[in-house]
Amino acid sequence: MGYMPDRTKNPWRCFKCDCDLQPGRVNVSYLGSSFPVELLKCPQCGLVLITEDLARGKMVEVERTLEDK
Amino acid sequence: MEQKELRDLEAKCTQEHYPACTAACPVHVDVRGFMAAINKENFKAAYEILQKKLPFPGIIARICDRPCEAVCKRSEAGDALAIGDLERFCVQNYSPSRQKIKILPKKNKQVAVVGGGLSGLTAAYDLAQKGYDIVVFEAKNYLGGRIWTYCAPALTKKIAAGEFAVLEKLGVKLKLSTCVGRDILLPDLQRQFDAVYLGMGTKSLSNADLQSDPAVFSTRWEGVFAGGSMIVDEAGYSPVLSVSLGRRAAVSIDRYLQGVSLTASRKNEGPYRTRLYTSTRGVKPLARVQKADAEGYSKEEAVAEAGRCLQCQCLECVKACTYLAEFGSYPKRYVREIYNNESIVMGMHHANKMINSCNLCGLCEAVCPNGFNMGEVCQQARSSMVQRGKMPPSAFDFPLRDMMFNNSEKFALNRHQPGTDASTFVFFPGCQLSASHSRQVMQVYSYLQEKLTGGVGIMLRCCGVPAEWAGEERLFQSALEEIQTKWREMGQPQLILACPTCYKIFKTHLPEIKILFLWEVFRQKGVPETARRNKIKKLALHDPCSTRWEKHIHESVRSVIKQLGYEVEELPYNKEKTRCCGYGGLMYSSNPELCSEVIERRINESTADYLTYCAMCRDFFASRGKRALHLLDLIYGEYLDVLAERKGPGYSQRHENRVHLKYKLLDEFWGEKMKPISDYESIKLYIDDSVQDILEQRFILKEDIQKTIAWAEKTGRKFINPDNGRFLACHKLASVTYWVEYAFKGDGIEVYNAYSHRMELG
Repeated sequence: MGYMPDRTKNPWRCFKCDCDLQPGRVNVSYLGSSFPVELLKCPQCGLVLITEDLARGKMVEVERTLEDK
Repeated sequence: MEQKELRDLEAKCTQEHYPACTAACPVHVDVRGFMAAINKENFKAAYEILQKKLPFPGIIARICDRPCEAVCKRSEAGDALAIGDLERFCVQNYSPSRQKIKILPKKNKQVAVVGGGLSGLTAAYDLAQKGYDIVVFEAKNYLGGRIWTYCAPALTKKIAAGEFAVLEKLGVKLKLSTCVGRDILLPDLQRQFDAVYLGMGTKSLSNADLQSDPAVFSTRWEGVFAGGSMIVDEAGYSPVLSVSLGRRAAVSIDRYLQGVSLTASRKNEGPYRTRLYTSTRGVKPLARVQKADAEGYSKEEAVAEAGRCLQCQCLECVKACTYLAEFGSYPKRYVREIYNNESIVMGMHHANKMINSCNLCGLCEAVCPNGFNMGEVCQQARSSMVQRGKMPPSAFDFPLRDMMFNNSEKFALNRHQPGTDASTFVFFPGCQLSASHSRQVMQVYSYLQEKLTGGVGIMLRCCGVPAEWAGEERLFQSALEEIQTKWREMGQPQLILACPTCYKIFKTHLPEIKILFLWEVFRQKGVPETARRNKIKKLALHDPCSTRWEKHIHESVRSVIKQLGYEVEELPYNKEKTRCCGYGGLMYSSNPELCSEVIERRINESTADYLTYCAMCRDFFASRGKRALHLLDLIYGEYLDVLAERKGPGYSQRHENRVHLKYKLLDEFWGEKMKPISDYESIKLYIDDSVQDILEQRFILKEDIQKTIAWAEKTGRKFINPDNGRFLACHKLASVTYWVEYAFKGDGIEVYNAYSHRMELG
């Protein structure tokens, strides 16, 4: 899944660690299916960013497909 | 679903049955398709439709006795279609340059056909194509038999010869001037041939010997089959029936020679009466197109006449129901798709969306000539999906959580009338009326206490219908059990229900509880004196779909409306044929787009303001800009124009209103204060209208936002946008992760956006 928002356009920083987000491998799972994706996350605490575009776009699509499996 | 159940359901839907004309035709010509082709000026396609069922189209089309016309549905709105004339037009104006003939590989079996009339030649034609060697014995020195004594001036010897020429191409041998019984004896034919078909027009052989089975045409002689006009009434000669007899005998002979059952699966081979229902209500009557030339139709005339064809089909339910039309088919197909959907082990369940989108309102049953109820099928399929763990969690999660809320401490309440410890009655307003008409619920409760004696208690909670609709049987059962327990604790009072859906649930699933619909009480005890009369001129009454079969409710409500001094317009679909507002079956959650269409269709049935007695119906109509009132508005409302135009509360507001109702009830009737609210609820939110709309569409509640912010502020786990100082936080609640973009604003928090997903991280 090509989920990564453009890093240069990402306005968000981790509040707690006060640092920029970096791409990293994250496992996402739903209804027993699990797969790795590249997402922006905090390099220190690991807080992962899911943008609105991703949540309401590709993610919904995959959720619906897995739900009908 | 069991296979037997599937078959029974499929049998109820007649959409795939032949139209009346095709069923009445002894060889079942596709008249509907033929008419459509002529109307489109596609004469080649029209000819091919005839050819598919008629062995000698040029002959039959000219002499057919047209049993189809006698049953043509068009005659209910004008004259029957001129089917015979149009078939004749077709064969006169289009004939294929070369007829395509397909012959199966030779079977090395010989069949004797006795009689060169239509039945014999049809049998010869069919069997030759199947690869049998055929010899036709005809007593006369020409073919055709009775077609020449039948009055048919349009048929010439030349045309007949041209049509019969196909037999030669099929390799059929003709023995003319050979009379069986004189020139050759039947026992000789039996010896020389593997099977014999007797299709003579005259009864040249002894009748007793030729008694044949009326369904398969076998005789008492091995391998000898008898049909033709000798087995039918002499006076009632029908060319097309002769063709049918020859064809059916050929089927038997083929089966006999292949050694398979003569009788299996042979229903409706000849003419029969169709079960297809076709309504001609509202069809504009049209007279038959007259021929300018007695010889036959011109092209223009033929096209116009074919255009009168009604293209008979049923689709009564599909015409009435937006949901059934949405998926492009009809119940017979849908039920098979549902059956298949259940049988899938690996692979996609393509019917899930269809199953979960039905309003379960039962209109299909009310309009179907055979009472097919798609809602029952979908309801059962949903339960089965839940049991097999195959229900998509996103379909009904939101309404189910709403139900949990309504049965939690936040809203649920059971009390006897203040100052008493027993209840003869208990008012059960229901969760949705409490959410959108909480003030009126208080007023009704006062009214009931005033009008009824023996104590009127109150019970606030949800009847459990979301669980039923979602197929969550266990959850539904436990909701019902909880109600039963509370009802027993209150001394088994009679329940007064204000919501028609609650009424249906209680009536169907809790028969031991005595119930009364609120509007029956108003009818008997009279409307309050304060009720303002006749402030809105034009009102159309919408019966909620859950009252479909409740005549007494329809009557009570109309009687109360009359008491209030109003006259209402009846919508075209009302009472037992009422349409769902869109809320039924939780379509708003499983298929919001379709739900909007359902609402639109209903609100466009009349330009009048709508009046109804279900809170959800009213709010759903109002959500699409329709002026609509609840019957309680007429009784307790002051500014009816304002009330008619108000949008219903959003999902968050509904929660708040319920909590507030409980608070107000306890405060005003019992002088009690509710326990303080949770931490997160004290977070004050500022939400712009446009953001509020987004939250509604996304089924995100204020409390979800408050919990997410509370968690982010407690843990510090959130993102910050240095450009504008806004925060973005996420929090997983049950199975949904919520994201909220916010900033501090004075004493509260401004919310800019929120979204959610179900996928989990890690």
